[in-house]
Amino acid sequence: MTDLGAMYIGAGLAAIGVGLAALGVGNVFGSFLEGALRNPGAADGQQGRLFIGFAASELLGLIAFVVAILILFVVK
Amino acid sequence: MSAGRIDPMEQFHVAPLTRPIHLGAFDISFTNSALFMVVVGALLAVLVSGGLKRQLIPGRWQVMVEMMVGFVDNMVDTSIGKGGKKFAPYIFSLFFFILLSNLVGVLPLAIVPGLHTFAVTSHITVTAILAFFSFGIVLVVGFAKHGLKFFSLFVPHGAPAWLMPIIIPVEFVSFMVRPFSLGLRLFVAMTAGHILLEVFGSFVVQGLNAGGALGPLVAILSFIMIVGVSALELLVCAIQAYVFALLTSLYLHDAVHLH
Repeated sequence: MTDLGAMYIGAGLAAIGVGLAALGVGNVFGSFLEGALRNPGAADGQQGRLFIGFAASELLGLIAFVVAILILFVVK
Repeated sequence: MSAGRIDPMEQFHVAPLTRPIHLGAFDISFTNSALFMVVVGALLAVLVSGGLKRQLIPGRWQVMVEMMVGFVDNMVDTSIGKGGKKFAPYIFSLFFFILLSNLVGVLPLAIVPGLHTFAVTSHITVTAILAFFSFGIVLVVGFAKHGLKFFSLFVPHGAPAWLMPIIIPVEFVSFMVRPFSLGLRLFVAMTAGHILLEVFGSFVVQGLNAGGALGPLVAILSFIMIVGVSALELLVCAIQAYVFALLTSLYLHDAVHLH
């Protein structure tokens, strides 16, 4: 396996982490929606926390994307 | 496909618009990034100027500006609580600068040949400065208000004493990571969105160049994807600006009230 081939395989593996982050983000929004459908009056007050949870889980997925970009474009 | 590799990173190049200007060893040329920062600043000034007429019965423009200010005031009041009103101008500037520079970066003005908009926040240099500015304000406010008691932020209320040697380093590290995570989140969200749009755009161009039966089909499908991803990008622009401002407000809450 050449070095370039190994780099591409590594970048592809790092991109799997982005798909895992999709699971996390879906979890956050799904739990919010489930609770909001049970108690709609309390939903609007918690919207801020919804976005904080989204940002935290999205960040980890974006870090996986950054690793893939680092491998592809920064590593010589 | 011999059309040549399309480089999705080429849209992020920062290049001087005039001949390079040097101040000693520093390169302070006016770049395309600086141009779009000026454009965003001018746009924000124009947007806010419509609300300065102070009509008792506000016209539509003034209502929009009042909604903008009311939104930020509401967010600052909910997140920081008492003593938070003095941070509202900073959070307003931060939120609307990031929102407008995200949106200007996604504008499809390139249909006019040569008029490519540049997303100012798609560079870690810009977002890191914004994040460190927020973090710096948190530190200055925290130390000015509480002095050395600011370090009690790392000792959570009600935790047993034997847990302290584990909790304090963990809390310290998670505190110091805050500016990096703030800047990185905005930067990667914008860069990822733009790379996605560029990749689908290159599919459209290469599909149309290919001809045959499959080329135009690929081009049409990619174009539909571009429309969908652009809609998602608009949502992500707004959410990332809101999250940046909200997290800054929360960190300020930690600094103003030590818990």
